[in-house]
Amino acid sequence: MRFGIVTFPGSNCDYDAYRAVVDGLDEDAVYLWHKDHDLQGSDVVILPGGFSYGDYLRPGAIGRFSPIMQEVIAHAGRGGPVMGICNGFQIACEAGLLPGALLRNASLMFVCEPTRLRVENNDSMFTSEFSRGEILTIPIAHGDGRYTADADTLDRLEGEGQVILRYAGGPADADEWWSPNGAQRAIAGIVNDGGNVLGMMPHPERAIDQLLGSADGLGIFRSVLAQVGA
Amino acid sequence: MSVFRVAIHIVPRRGILDPQGKAVADSLHSLGFSAVRDVHVGRHVVIELDASDRSGADAAARTMCERLLANPVTEDFEIATVSTL
Repeated sequence: MRFGIVTFPGSNCDYDAYRAVVDGLDEDAVYLWHKDHDLQGSDVVILPGGFSYGDYLRPGAIGRFSPIMQEVIAHAGRGGPVMGICNGFQIACEAGLLPGALLRNASLMFVCEPTRLRVENNDSMFTSEFSRGEILTIPIAHGDGRYTADADTLDRLEGEGQVILRYAGGPADADEWWSPNGAQRAIAGIVNDGGNVLGMMPHPERAIDQLLGSADGLGIFRSVLAQVGA
Repeated sequence: MSVFRVAIHIVPRRGILDPQGKAVADSLHSLGFSAVRDVHVGRHVVIELDASDRSGADAAARTMCERLLANPVTEDFEIATVSTL
């Protein structure tokens, strides 16, 4: 199976995603330059983390107009899997592939640390290798990760099982919606209505080996492989 | 066609947490500006463009806000001024 990893000017997790696919999954990966119009036969497209276009205007606001995004949006429209990770999540929201927006962290601080995530729904293309309620350790590294949407959208996401990952395990006095960035309802990862577009702020590609502190992120990639490659 | 300068204000939508505005408000309070009730921090965008008239420049700027300059989920915008150059 082939993963296409889009490199925007300012992407900095494209290489990590490449290693996750090639070393972690032993599958094929290609880089897709943002100015190209060819997905090169990719079965899965990854919009990686980083700071596309320097986060000018808003994170993801300019990147979503990169030429290759036309092909990525068409791929998603055909039901093709798209994984938006961190800046990729922001780009996917700006592009309308996912509802809502990612705003400045409530603390105003860039947060770079391992986080605990709860798998809220394992009946998804991206979480099928986990069990429901399983706690994962996957790092975050962002300044703009506060997931925000209107109440109707949040209710719909919850009702349809589209909230697949939620922050868990805050400080002892934390309430049930604790998150490291102030995300509404502690949302860390969602999928679109069709279930084929993932947006998550944590970086699964940075958690593919115990040497990195956790290999839990590999399960995200394995899930896609199991669901799409089968 | 004439050249117009359009000034646009983009601010976080009311009701959405604006931590930057809150931090600025807290700083103003600590400086003694106790009359400050609320602060919102947004962006000020100035665009120079060709248009046939003032309303054409206004309409073009609104479309730009809707498509790129403001996030429809979280921000509101207003055309502050349209002036001729």
